[in-house]
Amino acid sequence: MAADMRRSVQRGVVYLVLVLAAGFFLLPLVAMVFTSLKTMPEITGGAGFETATILSPPRLWSFEAWGLAWSSACIAVACEGLRGYFWNSILLVVFAVSISVALGAVNGYVLSKWRFRGDSIIFGMLLFGCFIPFQIVLIPMARLLGLLDLAGTLGGLVLVHVCYGIPFTTLFFRNFYVTVPDELIAAGRMDGAGFWQIFTIILVPISWPIFVVAIIWQFTNVWNDFLFGASFAGPDTRPLMVALNNLVNTSTGTKAYNVDMAGAMIAALPTMLVYIVGGRYFLRGLTSGAVKG
Amino acid sequence: MASLSIDRVTKRFGATEVLHEVSIDIEAGDFLVLVGPSGCGKSTLLNMIAGLTELSGGEIRLADRRIDGLEPKARNIAMVFQSYALYPAMTVEKNIAFPLRMAGMDKAAQAAKVAEVAELLQIGHLLKRKPAALSGGQRQRVAMGRALVRDPRLFLFDEPLSNLDAKLRVDMRTEIKRLHQRLGTTIVYVTHDQVEAMTMATKIAVMEGGAVQQFGTPAEIYDRPANRFVATFMGSPAMNLVKGRVRDGAFVAQGAAAAAAGELRLPLPRGTVPLAEGREIELGLRPEWISTEAGPGSVPFAARVELIEPTGPDIYAMLEAAGQSLVARLPARAGLREKTEAALHLDMAQAVVFDPETGASLMAP
Repeated sequence: MAADMRRSVQRGVVYLVLVLAAGFFLLPLVAMVFTSLKTMPEITGGAGFETATILSPPRLWSFEAWGLAWSSACIAVACEGLRGYFWNSILLVVFAVSISVALGAVNGYVLSKWRFRGDSIIFGMLLFGCFIPFQIVLIPMARLLGLLDLAGTLGGLVLVHVCYGIPFTTLFFRNFYVTVPDELIAAGRMDGAGFWQIFTIILVPISWPIFVVAIIWQFTNVWNDFLFGASFAGPDTRPLMVALNNLVNTSTGTKAYNVDMAGAMIAALPTMLVYIVGGRYFLRGLTSGAVKG
Repeated sequence: MASLSIDRVTKRFGATEVLHEVSIDIEAGDFLVLVGPSGCGKSTLLNMIAGLTELSGGEIRLADRRIDGLEPKARNIAMVFQSYALYPAMTVEKNIAFPLRMAGMDKAAQAAKVAEVAELLQIGHLLKRKPAALSGGQRQRVAMGRALVRDPRLFLFDEPLSNLDAKLRVDMRTEIKRLHQRLGTTIVYVTHDQVEAMTMATKIAVMEGGAVQQFGTPAEIYDRPANRFVATFMGSPAMNLVKGRVRDGAFVAQGAAAAAAGELRLPLPRGTVPLAEGREIELGLRPEWISTEAGPGSVPFAARVELIEPTGPDIYAMLEAAGQSLVARLPARAGLREKTEAALHLDMAQAVVFDPETGASLMAP
């Protein structure tokens, strides 16, 4: 009995610490959400709100700031909110992620299952791509986009992100496919399947864990990217992160903290959604090894 | 169904030659077992027949048509893999139908063929399952189904039973043999298990060091081994080898211990090539030729029983005779006891003689 007591006390302490830690890490989010739902007088502690702090719940709930941030806040000279930039980012992510993941999957398949002379050198060079800092390639990339007549276009930005994504996606898929038995490929060849049939019919259906990993990774990187977006996008093709910066760092007028926070929340929601939907598979994909059976 | 001809096939990986001019010919309907220890080149040879590995030299002909150089799918050969290699994302039904689907057969015909094969292998109730939900034996059957479904001219089996437990292995062995009898297909089967080779094959090729040591029927391999390697590799417990010399037309075991413990003197088996007086030879004696009862042409000898390993119907007795260690396989009712002397008889009729240097058989062909 005494041992039981001690164990439940220990467990209670563990849970208490965990809850406190979780609460502590959630504080910034809470502050953001609360601020975005407050009116400006409440945020600045104006008349009637003298006791309000950054962490006190809104007394007057208002979604006005969200509406402003979405459709009518002024960014540079246009007062149309983040809406347009949000769609820019969606388009960018859809193309950049799907192309880089698809190419990474094929690369991984070839580098693990269709070995050829010099394949490890090519894989090594691809790996090297993972370690090249963004800043180094800015000027050569700008020149390249100019030569390709893609400067300032969404297509150009997609190209940049695909180039930067391929080393990572290739690494993911290659490391996944080396754990798939070679006999599976041999069986496919004996059964009359060709290169693409083996890939699409036999391998792709068992690759979903690594697809989830690659998609989440690429989505997060492309969605959250600021540097490439700020450097290579034109006025109409700026992604959301650049627009958010322009919204928040405006130097004229009163700072509308609630609109800033609402804008930041809008920018963060898609990534959070992707993690909530795919997070479980993300973990399984990172840890999954050989395909059984 | 087709005859298979492997003609001076060589394989090199870089500077290492792993197969040296291997030649094997089998008729349509033969069950060829390639047997040998790990690394002897048997799986490489199988992969070359399948088209998964390229040849460095030589030719492979199937039904008198050259197939080396063809893509695997152009050879019309089916293969059952050691890990079964079932497609994890497909149901059993789709796995079996896969080769037909790749060949562009229409859906109705596919379903009919799958049903036929499922009936033959008694896996009809598993068709909707995924491979992960099958036992080892069931996976084995599905893998065979996938091979059978397109009526290939040749079946290849790569150690298909090595992942099964002992009892299932014996059952599947019988089943594969029955299937071969019933369908009359040509089969090439790779194993390191000499029992599988003996029980299933119509022809055995014993391989070692990238070369065929002997090619023949199971009886030829067992009764007239071409060399010491074949003799000791095939059969369990392994054949006893006794070193000695020819003296006065008989075999005399050698060694200091032998002299002290008295001489082990045995007549030379019939059918040896003429041997010079005093020549060193090695005598091969299978454990089952030692008996507690005298038979026609048997030679009596005395031995000390050191250890007995009961296997149920038989016992394996570790013997000491004139300083030589021998293993005998005797019926359990023979009534031997450990650490006692026993009077035994040796059937010399099938004994074989080897050259101790080269290991080659010294029996007249």
